[in-house]
Amino acid sequence: MTYLLQTTWYILQGCTITIRLFVLTMLFSLPLGFVCAVGKTSKRKSLTIPLEFYTSVIRGTPLLLQLFFVYYGLPLIIPALRFERFTAAVVTFIFNYGAYFTEIFRGGIQSIDRGQHEAARVLGMSYRQTMVRIILPQTIKRVLPPVSNEAITLVKDTALVVVLGIGEVLRNSKEIVSRDFTVTPFVIAAAIFLVLNYGLVLVFKKLEKRYAVYE
Amino acid sequence: MPSTSSTTAQPVVCVRNLHKSFGSLEVLKGVNVEVHQGEIVSIIGPSGSGKSTLLRCLIHLERVTRGTIEIEGEPIARENADGHQVVFTEHQIRHRCRKLGMVFQNFNLFPHKTALENVIEAPLIVAKRPKSEAIERGEAMLAKVGLSDKRDTYPYYLSGGQKQRVAIARALAMEPDIMLFDEPTSALDPELVGEVLGVIKELAAEHMTMVVVTHEMGFARELSDRVIFMDDGSIIEAASPEKLFTNPDHPRIRAFLEKML
Repeated sequence: MTYLLQTTWYILQGCTITIRLFVLTMLFSLPLGFVCAVGKTSKRKSLTIPLEFYTSVIRGTPLLLQLFFVYYGLPLIIPALRFERFTAAVVTFIFNYGAYFTEIFRGGIQSIDRGQHEAARVLGMSYRQTMVRIILPQTIKRVLPPVSNEAITLVKDTALVVVLGIGEVLRNSKEIVSRDFTVTPFVIAAAIFLVLNYGLVLVFKKLEKRYAVYE
Repeated sequence: MPSTSSTTAQPVVCVRNLHKSFGSLEVLKGVNVEVHQGEIVSIIGPSGSGKSTLLRCLIHLERVTRGTIEIEGEPIARENADGHQVVFTEHQIRHRCRKLGMVFQNFNLFPHKTALENVIEAPLIVAKRPKSEAIERGEAMLAKVGLSDKRDTYPYYLSGGQKQRVAIARALAMEPDIMLFDEPTSALDPELVGEVLGVIKELAAEHMTMVVVTHEMGFARELSDRVIFMDDGSIIEAASPEKLFTNPDHPRIRAFLEKML
């Protein structure tokens, strides 16, 4: 029993990394996606072309490769961009998830009926007022389900940073597995991910309910 | 135009030689219209004749290809003597279009806002009225369209007729001088048409200047000071309702009216 508790405690310590990575990624990638999506729906080519390049490259290559690139590759090209492991992971995750959120928000913005823009316009609202007051609030409701999907994927993707030797949940359990020749730590790790994601699902359910008041 | 000219004679809406093309498709082919203070003008005609496009050009939902539009003497589109269009800033156009209110076929209420929030949104955000004043006027507008009890209801829970009445209240809250209606009853169940037309009639009784694109021939005939018949991007005839409905000059109008009745 004490073995199980000790093991669980050790693996749980990796949780702080997992949670920190998750929170930091969400905190920055959501606004990044929001801004990029607004840029992508504009008519300015100087915005849409680079943003299209950004989302295509990031969504078209493996996250694992991006992690390697930022940590090992980037310092070779630009020495000033030598990051500490965890920072490299956070930067990679923010830009990776930012690209997915960009596309989700872009789809959300474009799914709002043209009539909403027109109604706002004939009432004298500027483009900015229309976006902030009319279009984006309706977009949030529509993107909640795909965003919750991404959030759940993100929790699991944090396990990828094991390749940079960061001591998160998976790495800690793997250590014990190789030390003690038992799969129990993997089961514990799975349970931790499950609990984290279940909590997330509850949060998003609540959000969806709050936004369901108007239809 | 000399500044000494009488303002009462000046039309509140003046359209000259208006052309509008979507790509190679010419939807308006040189339209001339004048609307005077307090006048009610109905625009009728077959679908695809350019009625809605004309209305949408007036409030700059469509960019004019060529021609001049003046709202209370101020241009939102102008063709120079050399045939070039003058470029106005977004700000100028937005400011000049403030004199216009518009009601759409599909209501276009903001679904995430209650009836009252829909009505006070523009007064708060655009006209920058104090909140208490905006609410007071908003409630008055909802009362005017008979929907005081729906103040805190979201559009989703309103009937089509109620939605359109909220949309009218929303437009009126910005105190427009001229109201544009784009087929305001076309999306409604037949039994709900009356309540919306009733509100429009009330506005008519208050001498609101109105331009109404409509398929309601009875309404056009009863309420309009003038009826414009459009076909294929041009105005075929503009006349009093008695003249246009009983003895139109053009055979195309006769054929259209026969089909409508």
